[in-house]
Amino acid sequence: MFDFLEGYDLLGAFWATVQLTVYSAIGSLIWGTLLAGMRVGPVPLMRTFGTAYVNFVRNIPLTVIILFSSLGLNQTLGVKLGGGEDFDTINFRLAVLGLIVYTSAFVCEALRSGINTVPLGQAEAARALGLNFGQVLQLIVLPQAFRAAVNPLANVLIALTKNTTVAAVIGVAEASLLMNEMIENEAQLVLIGAVFAFGFVCLTLPTGVLMGLLGKKVAVKR
Amino acid sequence: MTDVTVAKEDAAPVGDLVVLKDVNKHFGALHVLQDIDLTIARGEVVVVIGPSGSGKSTLCRTINRLETIDSGSITIDGKPLPDEGKELARLRADVGMVFQSFNLFAHKTILENVTLGQVKVRKADKKVAEEKARALLDRVGVGAQADKYPAQLSGGQQQRVAIARALAMEPKVMLFDEPTSALDPEMINEVLEVMQQLARDGMTMIVVTHEMGFARSAANRVVFMADGRIVEEAAPEQFFSNPRSDRAKDFLSKILHH
Ligand SMILES: Nc1ncnc2c1ncn2[C@@H]1O[C@H](COP(=O)(O)OP(=O)(O)O)[C@@H](O)[C@H]1O
Ligand SMILES: [Mg+2]
Repeated sequence: MFDFLEGYDLLGAFWATVQLTVYSAIGSLIWGTLLAGMRVGPVPLMRTFGTAYVNFVRNIPLTVIILFSSLGLNQTLGVKLGGGEDFDTINFRLAVLGLIVYTSAFVCEALRSGINTVPLGQAEAARALGLNFGQVLQLIVLPQAFRAAVNPLANVLIALTKNTTVAAVIGVAEASLLMNEMIENEAQLVLIGAVFAFGFVCLTLPTGVLMGLLGKKVAVKR
Repeated sequence: MTDVTVAKEDAAPVGDLVVLKDVNKHFGALHVLQDIDLTIARGEVVVVIGPSGSGKSTLCRTINRLETIDSGSITIDGKPLPDEGKELARLRADVGMVFQSFNLFAHKTILENVTLGQVKVRKADKKVAEEKARALLDRVGVGAQADKYPAQLSGGQQQRVAIARALAMEPKVMLFDEPTSALDPEMINEVLEVMQQLARDGMTMIVVTHEMGFARSAANRVVFMADGRIVEEAAPEQFFSNPRSDRAKDFLSKILHH
């Protein structure tokens, strides 16, 4: 029944999806945290930048961002992100960059919702002890914000996993690109769809369950 | 201002520790602090009293610069309040603050709450900080709770931890902003007792509170505020039994009759 799978590197394609997800997740977490820091920080210019960035990026389709990194950055400006002449590597990295640019806006907002659960008085008490802004953020606000943000961040991670399929538009050989190829060559359309759907569920379902448990475990009692 | 010369027997005020001169502060159109002149001597305990919205919290918060002022000057131990940066952080460490809502760090244990400032601001060794924290927690009577989290403690216990957290910085002056207002009645005394002991030990204290018992037994002076101004200053006995201003009479009759 699953003969049509023969000759296709299904695992390899999903492995590429996992890699896209992991690299983009790490990058977005870092950049999104910095953005959140800017948005709640005391420097007006940074606040404006953070707010503008999030509102701008959130309202652009991901496809446009990924295409821009390929057409705009790579083909027009010659940005190669250290990929040399290997197009697969360059495209993979460009896709990760695009995914980070996009996803970090959502990480920022998830974190900000977490930050809003931390009572203002605690930050004030920390300032009153003599901690500076960076210390207040790092020691008091963010640890509690991350804990409260585990569930919204899980949603962002699940969305990111699915969004990696957009990397196909610039030819990154991840799962959905292989699916398109198989749909063109094979007859079992519904089955192919089901196999790929199942593959994605295998990736996202455990993410949701594990992060749900983690969220409960680390929750701050108030 | 200085017509009030009450000296508590065991306090030994040498010089002025906190001096506010001609301080003004606005929130938009609202003039919250109007020409505030206030001098607090070393070792003195001053109770600030007045109707809600009169600017008592704002006054406290300007003293460690959680709020900036529009004009006038504030000096602590002879030094004007620094604007920003390291200097300001050092000043804040010298001014302990206790809030109405405790504001303990919810994700840290009681012990960590009391060591954090010592380690991160005073750069104390962790072991030394923990020893000091335990001693302070014992002193305020919550030593047995050191490894719990704030949410596991009663309000009175949390507020005593908050006092220990501030004391751990070895502040020159302690500010209390309605420290017992959020507490159930049966817990008020355990907090007041800690504050009374602190006053006896010679700590300089500015206390916003309506607890007249505390004012009578621990304060050198009562400062009455209304509409952003200091309307009256007097020794506690004198203020409570014989207020001079109409505002104070009116206010006292209200808090006495409910
Ligand atoms: N951050 C703020 N922004 C605007 N208005 C404020 C702020 N904080 C306090 N106020 C106003 O300033 C006045 C004095 O407040 P506050 O100092 O808290 O008074 P009190 O502690 O005596 O009740 C009140 O009218 C209050 O509404
Ligand atoms: Mg107040």
